[in-house]
Amino acid sequence: MSTPTETTGSASEAAPAEAPSKRIEGRSPGRIAWSRLKRDKIAMAGGVVVILLILAAIFAPVLTSLFGHPTDQPHPDQINADTGLPKNPLGGISGGYLLGVDPVFGRDVFSRIVYGAQISLTVAFLSAAVSVVIGVLMGIAAGYFGGWVDAVISRVMDVLLAFPQLLFSIALVSVMPNSLLGLTGTGVRMAILVLVIGFFGWPYIGRIVRGQAMSMREREFVDAARSLGAGSGHILLRELLPNLVAPILVYATLIIPTNILSEAALSFLGAGVKPPTPSWGQMLSDATKIYQVDPTYMVVPGLAIFITVLAFNLFGDGLRDALDPKGN
Amino acid sequence: MLVYLIRRLINVVVMLLVVSAVTFGIFFMVPKLTGSDPALLYVGKIADKAAVEGIRHKMGLDKSITEQYVLFVKGLVVGRDYSTGVDVTHCSAPCFGYSFKTEREVWPVLLDRLGVTASLAAGASVIWLLFGTATGVVSALRRRTLLDRITMTTALAGVSLPIYFTGMLASAIFVYQLGWFPHDYVNLTDDPVAWFQNLVLPWITLAFLYAATYARLTRATLLEVLGEDYIRTARAKGLNERRVIGKHALRSTLTPILTVFGMDLGALIGGAVLTESTFNFRGLGYEAVAAISSSDLPVIMGVTLFAGFFIIIANLLVDVLYAVVDPRVRLA
Repeated sequence: MSTPTETTGSASEAAPAEAPSKRIEGRSPGRIAWSRLKRDKIAMAGGVVVILLILAAIFAPVLTSLFGHPTDQPHPDQINADTGLPKNPLGGISGGYLLGVDPVFGRDVFSRIVYGAQISLTVAFLSAAVSVVIGVLMGIAAGYFGGWVDAVISRVMDVLLAFPQLLFSIALVSVMPNSLLGLTGTGVRMAILVLVIGFFGWPYIGRIVRGQAMSMREREFVDAARSLGAGSGHILLRELLPNLVAPILVYATLIIPTNILSEAALSFLGAGVKPPTPSWGQMLSDATKIYQVDPTYMVVPGLAIFITVLAFNLFGDGLRDALDPKGN
Repeated sequence: MLVYLIRRLINVVVMLLVVSAVTFGIFFMVPKLTGSDPALLYVGKIADKAAVEGIRHKMGLDKSITEQYVLFVKGLVVGRDYSTGVDVTHCSAPCFGYSFKTEREVWPVLLDRLGVTASLAAGASVIWLLFGTATGVVSALRRRTLLDRITMTTALAGVSLPIYFTGMLASAIFVYQLGWFPHDYVNLTDDPVAWFQNLVLPWITLAFLYAATYARLTRATLLEVLGEDYIRTARAKGLNERRVIGKHALRSTLTPILTVFGMDLGALIGGAVLTESTFNFRGLGYEAVAAISSSDLPVIMGVTLFAGFFIIIANLLVDVLYAVVDPRVRLA
């Protein structure tokens, strides 16, 4: 194990028995970070909201049956037939419709928001995973091997960063086939979103990992491993990777909110999952035509995006501070 | 310096070629894979077979993909002739071809749309650069005070807000409820006052989001710089705080911000897709979205390349500025 520990566990045994309150405790860097994170109330609040959102997305069917109505079920009785607007004020919010109903159809906004969270979070997490896997492999290889490997990978990252990503993503999503890898319907759209968002995200992680791997390559523990006869594969995966876990974890946490915004943006521009499957961006896109008269329908999905992204950002920021060895 | 510049310029040309080749490959290969025919897109589905073949030949769609790409690049550099054998249409350089939908040349459309997007980007970037960095500096110098907490919380909220939400929210309040601003794009040359009035709200909305990022970045960078040895040296030799911050710390704080600014501005001029869709401005991004939904390949290709061009040029400018400021870059 190359992860350094700050104090050895045996120090506590050597501590004098008459002063138990001043015992020196051996703590791993992970424990130190966790205790710092626990003290950061704002970050913890963000973390709690994130967990609640994930639970809400997982238990969407339960929540909908308890507090809402099926996502696609129209409720014409809630809609003013002449204007197409909800009958009740504030976008039709009432006891039966916690967040109101959508214009024209009168579908339950609460259910559509909860199911939208499923799409949003699934796409964000999976695309973050795609970015992290590609970014870490490419970055670590470029940083460790240097030379032409580094030149090629760095150039590829430069080119990718020079692409107008949003335009490219919309175009790619819109020309993709309707079935892929045995998936159809919403599944295939989500897979495409994951691949496109994940693919454009990896250079950001790749650059950071490359820089870290470059500086670590010269450290003594790598020399030691090499002199013991370790191959490149062992050094990359067993020596360098464990030391890169902290920055990777931080950037993975911070790339998730970016991905949520990307998914929402693509859906807003009509390149997300196809209606009637609900998504936050698509609800906002519908709202563009009607927000002058029914602002609630715009505010609800907007706040959903805002709260989710903010919670992830708060947690990610706190995690970064907690894992920073220079912090106090 | 000259060697450095030449190396960078070669790099730019290579990057542009790669971006154009990839874009071309994707947008001209995909219709083949999905079974739609670009020639049909030009003439419409009801056209007779001879007309389709004629267009296919005239546009060079009957050639191999490599030949088409070479012709495309040649068109960009020296212009290109479309010929049916009888009549010849000349498309002068830089030739991006003709729109499938309107049959207009793509290049003039791009130039026309650029004005809208550039107007949007110009005003917003000035606001966010000044406002964002100033906030960041103040926040870093008043670290851990109430002011710092409030600005940084606002900044974090700003980073978490999508433009299409804040844009609609701002319009709902300031345009539709209070009636303070009009919002329709007016050309600067037609009526400068109306141009300004119509752009104020989009500028502020867009700038707020970017300013949030810049405030966070400036604060973090300045705090890091303030921990450096040379700042301690400057203080130790008795310089007053004003000089330490203003002359020594700010200089190295602003270089990374310049980098990000260059890239952001380049990307924004290449198409503020979301802002333009939100405020219904017909800029490059709006044009691109419209082209994508109607499978208008030459226009998609044009906007993408145009946008890539701005990003790459902005990167080049930043690198050159960097090399002027920091001699270590030239030697690396």
